[in-house]
Amino acid sequence: MEEKVHTGEINREAEAAPALIAVHPLKRSIALALGYELRVFDFEMDCAVSLTDEAYSPCHSDAIRAICFGANGRLFVSAGDDKLVKIWRTDTWHCIRTVCSDKRVSAVAISHDGLFVTFADKFGVVWIDTLEEDDQGQASVDKKAVPLLGHYCSIITSLKFSPDGKFIATADRDFKIRITIFPKGPLKGAHEIQNFCLGHTEFVSCLTFICPPDCNQSFLLSGSGDATVRLWDHISGHLLDTCDVGKKAGLLDSKEKVEDSPAVTDINALPDGSFVAAAIQGLHGVIILKCDVPARRLFIAKFVFVEESFVPTSLGLSSSAKLLWVVMGASNVSKLGVSKMAQLRVLSDLDKFLSNEHGDYPVILKDKDMPGGEKLLLKFQGSDHDHVTKQDAALAETATAVKVAMQNLLTKKQYSLEKRDFRKRDRNDRKFKKQQF
Amino acid sequence: MSKNDGKATQGKRQSAHLPRKRFYRARAHSNPLSDSHFPIPISPADVDYSSHYPHFLHSSKNDPDEDDVLPKIRFADIGCGFGGLLVKLSPLFPDTLMIGMELRDKVTEYVKERILALRASNPGQYENISVVRTNSMKYLPNYFGKGQLSKIFFLFPDPHFKEKNHRRRVISLQLLDEYAYVLEVGGIIYTITDVEELGDWMKFCLDSHPLFSVILEEEFEEDPVVKLLASATEEGQKVARNGGQTFFAVFRRVAPEDASAAL
Repeated sequence: MEEKVHTGEINREAEAAPALIAVHPLKRSIALALGYELRVFDFEMDCAVSLTDEAYSPCHSDAIRAICFGANGRLFVSAGDDKLVKIWRTDTWHCIRTVCSDKRVSAVAISHDGLFVTFADKFGVVWIDTLEEDDQGQASVDKKAVPLLGHYCSIITSLKFSPDGKFIATADRDFKIRITIFPKGPLKGAHEIQNFCLGHTEFVSCLTFICPPDCNQSFLLSGSGDATVRLWDHISGHLLDTCDVGKKAGLLDSKEKVEDSPAVTDINALPDGSFVAAAIQGLHGVIILKCDVPARRLFIAKFVFVEESFVPTSLGLSSSAKLLWVVMGASNVSKLGVSKMAQLRVLSDLDKFLSNEHGDYPVILKDKDMPGGEKLLLKFQGSDHDHVTKQDAALAETATAVKVAMQNLLTKKQYSLEKRDFRKRDRNDRKFKKQQF
Repeated sequence: MSKNDGKATQGKRQSAHLPRKRFYRARAHSNPLSDSHFPIPISPADVDYSSHYPHFLHSSKNDPDEDDVLPKIRFADIGCGFGGLLVKLSPLFPDTLMIGMELRDKVTEYVKERILALRASNPGQYENISVVRTNSMKYLPNYFGKGQLSKIFFLFPDPHFKEKNHRRRVISLQLLDEYAYVLEVGGIIYTITDVEELGDWMKFCLDSHPLFSVILEEEFEEDPVVKLLASATEEGQKVARNGGQTFFAVFRRVAPEDASAAL
């Protein structure tokens, strides 16, 4: 598994990029990022959307790595390997700002008031830019983003604002979650760290906040490469509970090596924390968790099997409509016949599930019953799908490709002693050593 | 230089012989960007105090309920090199636990041996200092909780002269967030260098950071620790021998409200 490549610059061209999905908080629209393409569907107009941009091309030119709705759905942001962060108005789907990053972007978030966009690059720096328009009423494309905070030389995998907007949570590949106070004047940087949430034993891959009704503060959920989901009181930094989802899903039995441990890839929750959905590598479906914050408990409520080989790459929860969208897909999967593919499914009747956990809920909707129906499927799964003859094999291939890509990106390489010595062979001080310690 | 006091202590190499530096030669530089292969505690609660400060743990073993009262590390020497500062600080603050952090493994081994030898030939002393091999630029919060330290030292850090390498400097606006996090309000950060440009840089970063406020020379001249900065370490002694100038930047960690008032 050890290739002779320069550290840090692995064969990027060959790496699969997972498909991502995001749902408007009021279920007005839904967006799918597949490779460099951004596909958007408007539920209210019941049609696919055309994206427009006056200043730049409305398309990204390389894989999109992060998307999200922000400011209560008024805005949408997309960013990725083309080093561009594009902010869109969700009523017109017009791009109001394109921010240039120096490095490839790995995570994005918009502040709840819609005033700031934050994005993280592969070197662990989180940048911030203001979305306010200047006096002429035009968004200035010349202003550059400024650094907000940084995780020293670590890839930031997730970036989220707390529901009250007071904190910004950043998770990285060095097992850490940092909670920083988001100041009134953030353009000067966020220098006051509230806490670190430490406990994960592998890279942290996803974060989400919940605000249970009987509690006077919000709490944080995180998923990781260590196959666990953890519940935190981010204000104190305390770990409240750990749920060994990988183990409970039976995915760890044959795994001895840490590198093979299945990673939790996405986590979504209803704002009140009554329903939490997680996706983990190797599981052909979704895990539903429940948290009982006062009792400090996080536990699995149900495993929902979607279909054979369907391992979700991204989840989109619509809190108003009580639907969970799951997508599995990727671009750049070399062994597939096509350059990209995505499959979309919907789990519905989440409210019925919440009131009766022993019933047959949630239900996986048939294509024709999905909101947006055939039109949505055509836009999102569309023409790529037609070329894929063997569904199962294609899905399995995709699952492997995204897992390998994630490992290459986030898992630290462990070299044997001989390999390490070989890699240091060009160093000057090695040549004169007579004795090795 | 080496005293053999006849009372051989246990352990394979635990003699009173001070280690010879030439067997621990290493490059002056180590790459802080590379992922390294040393174990990291998952959180400050996982730091193994019993292996670093066995004497301190042993003496409080009589009281099993005293877990909460166990002393915590309060001073950290970042990039401690061959341990000169720790050895000088140890007798000045005998009840304070201190740790040196060093990236180079051979140098860390040297410091470990040095401390063991000092403990063996000076019973009861030097029990409060220890060293750990780690990358403090990435893992400081793994070792120290919020506001745990009262002093943090950066003596003669690597200047990383080339502009493209400036991001490897141990003092930067970004990393100061973490140093402010581990330092208690009122805690002090000490920096010294013989490279004027680096001295200006460190002072500029500290001045620009909202959670640090400058301690002027008149004030810090009274601090017994400051006198050690230039003289205690091998690097400092080398600079003095060569008649070089040193540049200090000593700052206090302040509460956020105080900082904004000062602006």
